[in-house]
Amino acid sequence: MKKFNLRLYITGKTSRSERAIANLKKICEKDLQDRYVLQIIDVLESPQLAEDEKILATPTLIKDLPPPLKRIIGDLSNSEKVLLGLDLSPVPENKP
Amino acid sequence: MNEIEKSKGIEKIETGIEGFDMISEGGLPKGRTTLIAGTSGSAKTIFAVQFLSEGIIKKDEPGVFVTFEEPPEDIRKNVISLGWDVAQWELEGKWAFVDASPVVGEDHVISGEYDLGALLARIEYAVKKIGARRISIDSLGSIFARFSEAGLVRNELFKIATALKQIRVTAIITAERTQEYGDIARFGIEEFVADNVIILRNVLDAEKRRRTMEILKFRGTSHQKGEYPFTVSRNVGIVAIPLSGMELKQRSSTVRIGSGNAELDKMCGGGFFRDSIILVSGATGCGKTMLSAGFAAEATRNGERALMLAFEESREQLFRNAIGWGIDFEQMENDGILKVVCRYPEAEGLEDHLIIIKDIVRDFKPNRMIVDSLSALERVSTIKGFREFVIAVTSFIKHQEVAGLFTSTTGDLMGGSSVTQAHISTITDTIILLRYVEMFGEMRRGITALKMRGSMHDKDIREFNIDGSGMHIGKSFSNVTGILSGHPVFTSIEEVDRVKDLFK
Repeated sequence: MKKFNLRLYITGKTSRSERAIANLKKICEKDLQDRYVLQIIDVLESPQLAEDEKILATPTLIKDLPPPLKRIIGDLSNSEKVLLGLDLSPVPENKP
Repeated sequence: MNEIEKSKGIEKIETGIEGFDMISEGGLPKGRTTLIAGTSGSAKTIFAVQFLSEGIIKKDEPGVFVTFEEPPEDIRKNVISLGWDVAQWELEGKWAFVDASPVVGEDHVISGEYDLGALLARIEYAVKKIGARRISIDSLGSIFARFSEAGLVRNELFKIATALKQIRVTAIITAERTQEYGDIARFGIEEFVADNVIILRNVLDAEKRRRTMEILKFRGTSHQKGEYPFTVSRNVGIVAIPLSGMELKQRSSTVRIGSGNAELDKMCGGGFFRDSIILVSGATGCGKTMLSAGFAAEATRNGERALMLAFEESREQLFRNAIGWGIDFEQMENDGILKVVCRYPEAEGLEDHLIIIKDIVRDFKPNRMIVDSLSALERVSTIKGFREFVIAVTSFIKHQEVAGLFTSTTGDLMGGSSVTQAHISTITDTIILLRYVEMFGEMRRGITALKMRGSMHDKDIREFNIDGSGMHIGKSFSNVTGILSGHPVFTSIEEVDRVKDLFK
C-alpha cells in the first residue's frame, strides 16, 4: 500500500490551526494508520514554503503522494469531504 | 496638542507615470491604498505594472506585485514591449512577485472554516525581503471567483488593506467594473479601500475608443477633477494628457521670423513672432500647402530647422508640388534642415498622434513646425477629443519655443470657417485667411492677416497669385466688399475715393 504524503499549512498557533491539526490527526489515525507522513508548516515561520506552493488560504492540506495532487482548504471539520479529497472511501476497510 | 501640530497633511509620492502626477497634483497619497477601477481592457494591469516600474527606474524604489489573475510568466512577457524588463529587476532584488494566480487543472475541496492568512503572510514576507516601498495588487475580481464566500473574502481583503497601511507601503489595488458609468467596482470592494479611487475608462464613442482616467477621490488631499485622455504607447506605457493642469506660462518672444514671403512679412508688421502659433485658413486649393512649403523653405535662409507633418499628401506628391514652387525639399532633407513626416490621420488615434509628434519634436528639435492640415485630423476623433489634441499640441510646441503653422481647410469655397478654426482661433497668435474672390467670371485669390497678436498689421485684403517661384502678393481689393462673407460686391473706384475723402 502506498504511503500518503501530507502537508498542512497553517498561519500561527490560532485556535483554527489547532482545530485543523486535531481533525487531521483524527482522520489519519482512523483511516490511514501508519500509511502516512505528515508535515505541519507554519507560513508565518516559513513564508517561502507558502510562496512555493502558492498557498492563499489557511489551513490548507496538500496531498502530493499518491498522485494526483489534492488541496483541501479549511479546518477539516467535515471529515467526509476530507476523505473524498484524499481519494479515500469514507468507509474504513482493512484491505491488504 | 502635540500630535495636531505634528501632522503635516498627506504626502504624495510621484508615480512617474507621465501626465498622471500632474493630474493628481503630485502623485498617489503616500502610505495609502488607492483603488484603480476599470472595465476589462481599460489598462488596469499596465497601470499596476507601470506604478512599480517607474518606481524602480526613476526612484530606485523596490516593488511587490501581487497577481491574482495572470501568472508572473505572462506578465513578464506582456510588458517587455513596454520597455520593462521585470525578470532582470527580479534578479536585482527590486521586484518580487506574489503569485496568487490560479493553478490550471488544480481544484480544491473546502472543508470547514478558513481565512486568507497565508496570502497576507506572503505579501508581508515579500515586502520585507526586498524592502518594497510600492505594491500593486492585480486584480481583485478573480479572487472572488475562486472563493465562493464573498463576505469572507471581503473581510480578508480588508485585513490586508489594513496591514498594508501599517507597514507604510503605497499600494494600488485594481478591480473590475462592468460598466463605464455606474458602480465603482464589483463586489463592494470600494468599501474598504475607499480613501482613494481612480477610474480608468475605455469608452466607445462614434466607433472610436477613447481612454480616459479620472481621479474620483483622494481623501484629505487635492487633485484635478474630471476625465483626462490617456494612451498606452510602446516603450513608455501609459501617458496621460493633462489639460486643465497646463499653465499659461510660456515665455513670449519679440524676435520675428520670416514667413517665406517678403510681402506677407510686411503685412504682418515684419514677420511672425518666433514662438507663435499661426493658423492658415482657406478653401481647398487656394494655396495653404504652398504657403506652408514657403514657410518651411525659409528655414534654409537662417540656419533653422523645419518639421513638416503632412496628413493629406504623400511624400512624393508633396516633393513634386514643392519643386513646382521652386522649393527643393529633397535637398533640404539631405542637408538636415527639414524633416517631412507623412502619415494617414487614420493610422492612429489622436492621443497617439500627439505622442508621436512630441517624440519627433524632442528628437529633431525644429525651430518651426507645420501641420498640413490640422482639419484632416478632425475626422479621426470626436470634437472634444480634437479640441484637447489641439490645445495639447499648441501648448507643447510653445513650451519648446517652436513656431507652429497649422493649416485648416474651410468647407465653403468662398467664405465660411471650419470646426478647426473655431477650436483653435483663440489659442493662435496669428490668423492668415486665404480666400477665393469671384470677379467678373474669374476666380482670384485674396489674402489677409486677420489677427496678429502683439503687433500692428496690414488690415487690407490683398490679391495674390501663384507661379513657378511661389506666391506673389499684390494690391488690395479696395473696391470689393464682402469677401470674407463669401459675397463680394463691387464698387467703382470713384466711389471708394469719395468715401475716403469724407473722413479726411
